[in-house]
Amino acid sequence: MNTQQQAVSGWDSVSADWSSDKDAFKRVPWGKAMMWIFLLSDTFIFTCFLTSYMKVRMTTTEPWPIPSEVFALTIAGQSIPLILIAIMTFILITSSGTMAMAVNFGYRRDKKKAALLMLVTALLGASFVGMQAFEWTKLIEDGVRPWGNPMGAAQFGASFFMITGFHGLHVSIGVIYLLVVAHKVQRGDYDRQGKYDIVEITGLYWHFVDLVWVFIFAFFYLW
Amino acid sequence: MNTEHGEGQQHPIGLYLKIWLLLFVLSTLSYMVDYYQLEGYLRWTLIIVFMLLKAGLIVAVFMHMLWERLALIYAILVPPLCLLVLVGLMAVEADYTFLSRVIYFGQEG
Repeated sequence: MNTQQQAVSGWDSVSADWSSDKDAFKRVPWGKAMMWIFLLSDTFIFTCFLTSYMKVRMTTTEPWPIPSEVFALTIAGQSIPLILIAIMTFILITSSGTMAMAVNFGYRRDKKKAALLMLVTALLGASFVGMQAFEWTKLIEDGVRPWGNPMGAAQFGASFFMITGFHGLHVSIGVIYLLVVAHKVQRGDYDRQGKYDIVEITGLYWHFVDLVWVFIFAFFYLW
Repeated sequence: MNTEHGEGQQHPIGLYLKIWLLLFVLSTLSYMVDYYQLEGYLRWTLIIVFMLLKAGLIVAVFMHMLWERLALIYAILVPPLCLLVLVGLMAVEADYTFLSRVIYFGQEG
């Protein structure tokens, strides 16, 4: 051990020290710990967005557009408030459920079911992004821009496009991530490596995307 | 690499289905808050309660935080408390920003 530490110098010694098996998180795979730390940093980013949104909403001198009306959809001649957002919420929760089960089947070495459930999760995620694109198109047609809108406070558009755009980007990346891992699962890569941690780590990312939506739904759409 | 459940996190599928159902109910309830146009403190309290319950269920069960070791739980869940300080600071000085806007931009509108 000692001779090994003396043998390396410079940058090699830095990486050798950091990877010297003094693990703080016992029995937690390193990939999982790193994913949690990434999600922690992402939490800070999203909270900064939501905090700036809170700030502009509290301090604007013009009235804030009423989300319930802005996001209403007319279905069969009836205007239903916030209905698209509600459907998107249910879709994302459902995708979280299928993801949780995919993790479970992964650990049971049932790679067919695990890959299939991940594929379903990815499809639900893609449909979420599709609905978001529809929502953006509708708002842009209504004249909402990052610098102004006909309904009230100019900051509404900036907050909306920034927050939902960044979240939508996370969902899109998640869909790609899911498809890649699902492909590797059904190909049997993790049988050869003998572990299915990767499925759980992918799941962590996906549940986080759902988690962020819970906060956006509450603070941006419902408040 | 092993936890007390053998490899990784293994829990009965039924548990996930129950949590899923619970999240559905909570989402419906929070949508109802808007649908029935509840106002004021009742609205805000309900929104926050349903939000925290949903967030808690997702982190605890779907993300398996409930079964992780305390070292990891603290490492991930304690730092975000700083964010509450940020939110508090921004909320406290909001009236100051608002008044500045009224003074400097008020006449133009």
